[in-house]
Amino acid sequence: MRSGRLSFSFTMLMIGIAFLYVPMLVLIGYSFNASPLVSVWGGFSVKWYGSLLHNRQLLDAALLSLEIALLSSTGAVILGLLAATALVRFRQFRGRLLLTGMINAPLVMPEIITGITQLLLFVSMAQMFGWPHRGLTTIVISHVVFCGAYAAVTIQSRLITVDRSLEEAARDLGSTPLRAFWDVTLPMIMPALASSWLLSFTLSLDDLVISSFVSGPSASTLPMVIYSKVKLGVTPEINALATLIIVAVGACVVFAGYTMRRAERQRDQEMQAAYRQPAG
Amino acid sequence: MNAPSSAHERSAPADPPGPRHRSGLTGRLGRWLIVLPPLVFLVVFFLVPFAFAFKISFAQTAVRIPPFTDLITVGSGGVFGLSFNLGNYAYLFTDDVYAISYLYSIKTAFFSTILCLLLGYPMAYAIARSPKATQNILLLVIILPFWTSFLLRVYALEGIIRDGGLLNTALQWLGIVHHPVKIMRTTFAVYLGIVYSYLPFMILPLFATLEKLDHSLLEASADLGSPPWKSFFDITLPLSMPGVIAGSMLVFIPAIGEFVIPSLLGGPDNLMIGRVLWDEFFNNHDWPVASTVAVAVLVLLAGPIALYQHYNVREMEHYG
Repeated sequence: MRSGRLSFSFTMLMIGIAFLYVPMLVLIGYSFNASPLVSVWGGFSVKWYGSLLHNRQLLDAALLSLEIALLSSTGAVILGLLAATALVRFRQFRGRLLLTGMINAPLVMPEIITGITQLLLFVSMAQMFGWPHRGLTTIVISHVVFCGAYAAVTIQSRLITVDRSLEEAARDLGSTPLRAFWDVTLPMIMPALASSWLLSFTLSLDDLVISSFVSGPSASTLPMVIYSKVKLGVTPEINALATLIIVAVGACVVFAGYTMRRAERQRDQEMQAAYRQPAG
Repeated sequence: MNAPSSAHERSAPADPPGPRHRSGLTGRLGRWLIVLPPLVFLVVFFLVPFAFAFKISFAQTAVRIPPFTDLITVGSGGVFGLSFNLGNYAYLFTDDVYAISYLYSIKTAFFSTILCLLLGYPMAYAIARSPKATQNILLLVIILPFWTSFLLRVYALEGIIRDGGLLNTALQWLGIVHHPVKIMRTTFAVYLGIVYSYLPFMILPLFATLEKLDHSLLEASADLGSPPWKSFFDITLPLSMPGVIAGSMLVFIPAIGEFVIPSLLGGPDNLMIGRVLWDEFFNNHDWPVASTVAVAVLVLLAGPIALYQHYNVREMEHYG
């Protein structure tokens, strides 16, 4: 009987995975369609990829988005590391509950709410202090908030599992606390730092709603340009662009996951080997 | 000075602080250097903005930059004037579009969450029951779409469900339908879009609770003669409730304010509150009314967000 339930859930698993992947695979297929009409197969062609290279608007937007994503993901990891360290290492401090709330709320808050409220802040700040100008700066700040929340949660769950006795051993041997954290704990949470950086990067690169609110009239990010094109219907150029993004991100994530898992396994083996050494 | 506090903050009592160990990472100052930057940054750029939205919801539109009136005006001779305008809130009740879109958003988010749960639960269950090596691969397969672009995935779904798309072609080819069914620009398309986009958020917390489930409980229940479906409802489901609630909140809350999905997949009737807010802001340039709509959405979401926070904080404190 139990196998009956398992086979039902496995069928659902397969259907679910197909549901997640078939639309993307079809999109990739259509990006090689020579015909500009989506319902007609006009033969294999890479011409839409070629025309991407000549689309100034898309290229400019892509460069801006990459710049924003680089700055935001770096900021987000710093924010996330500090917040996670505070929450994991300090059991009690004023504002602990507030900090916990503020790294969890952005994960569920509808983007449209975050976007409009942050815009109103930026506008009021600009009125009062003459800063910030809407555009790159405001988009990066907004992205650091919501990517930082993801980073904090990821790093926190990793930091909790770190054996503190190693860091304490380093301190017994005369390391300063900062040095001990840097040399001992940081390498152990490196996979979480790397994956939260990567996640922040892709989240920032993809964000449409918050960026639309907080950016000024001059800055158009890649998702904003894609959205305005997609709103008009399916376009072959966007198919090609989407394929490039999906394949690039997918390859990066799989590669990073593989590398991190291997590094982790090696570290575990070294640790075990170290523990097996007779104490002396 | 530092020794007692450090004994207090360490969770392991078997680890008395040595004389050279100062509390935390670098003592009191270092502690605040770690706590304050994220705290201040998030208060200023995440929390304070809500106060501004609340304030501007009482303002009026004006032809100026920014396009709304000040609440506090300083007149000649230093007289303060306070203009408090409740008109935006009254306006939300007079124009039907707000009530309709508000209710429609709740309905859409609710049914999408149910659909997501119905699909996600068996999927999470199957992953949790897989061998460890397969589990990691399956989890990667589930998470991978979340890493790739959300916007592009909604666009990809559009390619499948549009009138001459693959889904209709397949249905006709299989002989299930004889004429193309209209999926695109319907409520169902919006449901499908939300399930498609948020499925990983449902599966991951469910998996986390189902994986921890003690299997011997089910065996004991079977030994005592309980049929599997009864064991499921008596044991598995109640024990996985934290995952069900966390997953459902992770889908329901963002779905309420969803803009991209109804805008790209829905028709003109599928007016969700996020779309109304967007139009109010970008098309009508009515910032005060848009702020009022945002406040109204927040009021609606306060309960679900509190529930989510409650479960989440408990989970984290449990680990910590």
